[in-house]
Amino acid sequence: MKKELTCIVCPLGCSLEIEIGEDIIVKGNKCEKGKNYAIEEITNPKRILTTTIKIKNGKYKVVPVKTTAPIPKEYIFPLLEKLSEIEISAPVPIGYKVLENIFQLSIDVITTRPMETKENTRKTKETKKST
Amino acid sequence: MQKEVDIVIIGGGPAGLSASISSAERGKSILILERNEELGGVLNQCIHPGFGLIYFKEELTGPEYAYRFIKEIEKYPNIEVWLETMVVDITNEKEITAINKDGIWKIKTKAIIFSTGCRERTRGNLQIPGTRPAGIYTAGTAQRLVNIEGYLPGEKILILGSGDIGLIMARRLKWEGAEVIGVIEKLPYPGGLTRNLVQCLEDYNIPLYLKHTVVEILGKDRVEGVYIAPVDDYGNPITDNKKFIECDTLLLSAGLIPENDLLENINIPLDPRTQGPYVDQYLSTLKEGIFSCGNSLLVNDLVDYVTLQGILAGKSAVRYINNEINIEKRSHIEIDGNLRLVVPQYLSYPILEDITFYFRVKEPQKSAILTLKDNDKRIKEWRFPVVKPAEMIVIKVKPEFLRYMENPKFSMEG
Repeated sequence: MKKELTCIVCPLGCSLEIEIGEDIIVKGNKCEKGKNYAIEEITNPKRILTTTIKIKNGKYKVVPVKTTAPIPKEYIFPLLEKLSEIEISAPVPIGYKVLENIFQLSIDVITTRPMETKENTRKTKETKKST
Repeated sequence: MQKEVDIVIIGGGPAGLSASISSAERGKSILILERNEELGGVLNQCIHPGFGLIYFKEELTGPEYAYRFIKEIEKYPNIEVWLETMVVDITNEKEITAINKDGIWKIKTKAIIFSTGCRERTRGNLQIPGTRPAGIYTAGTAQRLVNIEGYLPGEKILILGSGDIGLIMARRLKWEGAEVIGVIEKLPYPGGLTRNLVQCLEDYNIPLYLKHTVVEILGKDRVEGVYIAPVDDYGNPITDNKKFIECDTLLLSAGLIPENDLLENINIPLDPRTQGPYVDQYLSTLKEGIFSCGNSLLVNDLVDYVTLQGILAGKSAVRYINNEINIEKRSHIEIDGNLRLVVPQYLSYPILEDITFYFRVKEPQKSAILTLKDNDKRIKEWRFPVVKPAEMIVIKVKPEFLRYMENPKFSMEG
């Protein structure tokens, strides 16, 4: 069986031709990552999930998070559901672990920016003004 | 109030951040003027991954990419940052007028780097007829609402334009529980990067209607629906074949406009093809001491290129102040064939270092050949298996191929 895929590992977007027989043969890839992507995409497609979660007392009402590695596609909506129920409190640093070892995949969900508290934001502005 | 620094950088997004570091490490005093309440520009709302593959050789989200630079500039005591500060005017003598909570500032400087980014094309730019209800957003505004402010802009969403922000918002809104009806594109090919078409639309079976456009918006207080119609080969809608689509929200992802009003005020010539200023390989505009980088120079599809342009502009500004740029001759670069734009548009001689050229093509093309000529003499060729309007072409050329050309010209043929 033959299949065509567009590689999404990097912005180059190589057009891949895949022959699925006893082995999976990949053509059109410019790097090893492309071959691995094609094999993964055929056998076990995965995506990084990036979304936001609620944060109490933060500069903004939500903070962006991501999975530390791509997760199987079928886990995306269950994980979104789980994350919609979570609320953390500011301040948090970048890389703060929101969920650990999700679905026993050895993958975590972490914040992708620091979030200071509302009060702290105000204070920095006042200091700036007085200087 | 008065202020004096070596270099003023207007805009604290990815271009301005990297420009500040590359000029600060060469010992100059830098002032970044940023109108938002934090640094990082549009990266802060681009919470999706895909950033940094070229520059950092790893995949980061927008906020993570910005954070690396924001952390880095904290190391430099010679970089000063003014947030919530809006530049309202510049003069030919490089005096900047800026406004913030402290009042009106007059800032004197030796060099200015423009890293002001882009605005999005709005309904007004697109001239879509109909009523004026709530529920019409540019894709970037919707992105800010969802990813920073924490609001969902609507429940039943149609997206006009297949630019990257629109594609990314299609997936984002789907993830947040909205119904995404589809993406409408006037051109016969998609506007966004291939990986976004695959990951944002195909993954979620969101349809893409090519050669279609929105011809009318309906609704009194809130959008109630739109009419879409196919377009002919000249891009004119065939309204006899219009079709009603029920939706409560219309997102516009129909292109970006480099923000260069301040340059226009002092008559710095802009290239109608890029809508950014004409620059040479130093990213100097045609007025010396004023530099441009990032999306206000040309609309980039990867932030990594924006960073590299910022680094170059910062370095060039320092060289300019140190009197290290001595231009003997300047040639305008022509383009031909399938090429839509080139940056830089000028070569300043002598050429001492490799030059990175950025191109966009007019139409998708397979097995394309990019040729550099001087008059009609072929100098060098580059071959590409496929070129697409959405994907910038980036090449690096060594100085020996560019020495004292009379009429440099790049052309792309099949």
